[in-house]
Amino acid sequence: MSETHAHLLTLLTGVAALLIAASVAGFILQQRLSPDGSNAVIENLNARIKAWWAMVVLLGIAFMGGRAGVVLLFALCSFAALREFATLTNARRADHWALAAAFFLVLPLQYYLIWVDWYGLYSIFIPVYAFLLMPIISALRGETDRYLIRIAEVQWALMICVFCVSHVPALLSLQIPGYEGRNVLLIAFLVVVVQMSDVLQYVWGKLLGRRKIAPLLSPSKTVEGFVGGVASATLIGAGLWWMTPFTVVQAGALALVISLMGFFGGLVMSAIKRDRGVKDWGHLIAGHGGFIDRLDSVIFSAPVFFHLVRYWWSLT
Amino acid sequence: MRISNQIAAMAIVVFARLITAVRGVWQGAEPTAGQCIYFANHASHGDFILIWTILPPPLRRVTRPVAGADYWLKSPVRRFIGCDVFNAVLIDRNRENRTSDPIEVMAEAFDGGSSLIVFPEGTRNETDAPLLPFKSGIYHLAKARPDARFVPVWIDNLNRVMPKGKFIPIPLICTVTFGPEIKLGDGESKEAFLDRAREALLALSKFSGAAHE
Repeated sequence: MSETHAHLLTLLTGVAALLIAASVAGFILQQRLSPDGSNAVIENLNARIKAWWAMVVLLGIAFMGGRAGVVLLFALCSFAALREFATLTNARRADHWALAAAFFLVLPLQYYLIWVDWYGLYSIFIPVYAFLLMPIISALRGETDRYLIRIAEVQWALMICVFCVSHVPALLSLQIPGYEGRNVLLIAFLVVVVQMSDVLQYVWGKLLGRRKIAPLLSPSKTVEGFVGGVASATLIGAGLWWMTPFTVVQAGALALVISLMGFFGGLVMSAIKRDRGVKDWGHLIAGHGGFIDRLDSVIFSAPVFFHLVRYWWSLT
Repeated sequence: MRISNQIAAMAIVVFARLITAVRGVWQGAEPTAGQCIYFANHASHGDFILIWTILPPPLRRVTRPVAGADYWLKSPVRRFIGCDVFNAVLIDRNRENRTSDPIEVMAEAFDGGSSLIVFPEGTRNETDAPLLPFKSGIYHLAKARPDARFVPVWIDNLNRVMPKGKFIPIPLICTVTFGPEIKLGDGESKEAFLDRAREALLALSKFSGAAHE
């Protein structure tokens, strides 16, 4: 346990040093280029850095709270994400009970199953049981207008916001020989790699970005940002091997998978936003739009990371 | 305000934020403005709670919702929330046998230094139309207090959070948009003022952000 704490402390120190450097840089940029707060890019950058601090502090507190803290934190993230997602759906009065069930039954139950570590049920609860239950509730109301779209939206919302997100705390239940009691570091590894990949794609894109990679989905994403961001995040992941059960090469390979899934997750969620005609999912996090805007890459990488590690490293 | 009322008010505000993550949009109005009369679209019993939640605390303390006595005096819980917590200005909506004139009651509360929240549609809008025709009360109030500033407030999405007849709210993001104030013009007719007020409110609906249907 003390080794876990030492590793967490090392990681937190590194992250804090990075954020302090970013804060100082942001402050200097603001003094020089935007003293009256008129430069939108720099104001946005500083808002992002502030939000990063809040996120790191929250994650730190959750890690100190152990299993309960982590499960609770991600349950709350799921709640906020589901609230954003449901806001943009076609759900109407006939779906009231289906949505109420999604928020107040399915979500708490999924996290309860994560908490009691019932893998056999939490891995199929939403894809099987909720998938069949939700359309039944909506069908019983007899409203058939746009029925398929409505039930598909509710199921998608649950898969994205609850099922996928819940695979982050599920990492705690993996049993890796020689790695007992240190699973929280797997979460740290995943979150750090995903977020560094996001940030570095943004930075590389701003520095070298020329060719747009998906102009119809996300005009700010470039080929240069994508390659630079994924490559550097892979290197960072490999450099974090000491806190994982992986070798350097394995850590790098997993970081590559995480970064790629994160990138494509961002694209998919952009496509949904375009479809619904909004720029951000919400306004909860200053500078970051909504919860889903920050979580999209974690959402897509968490289940894949979980299953890869479970298949090759875990006993259960 | 008594402690129990303050705690109840705080609990209601926290609950409202948890369910709706409500966001204020000040579209041509400033939250620092002094005494005024907020007029809003009415789709849910929670409407004034959302406005109240979004107002900065100094404004919140002097803002009173105007509400129908028939609804808010019906049970002890409603009476506690309506009268004690939100200090509502209760008006008698029953034309036939009322003993007090609603306009006088509102004007009196306004003279006492309070800002007011009114719903000029007079009742909850349960139709598909964005806004029902306005009742004339808001005009008579403007006539009685010609200096009063009327601030339009568009509440978006709350009707989806809590549709009529449902008691479990669905968490969805709501917005409350404040627009530029209007005042009764010199010699402005009732129809002209009501039309102008209604247009000012409708104009805000497009700023509310959420792209739902």
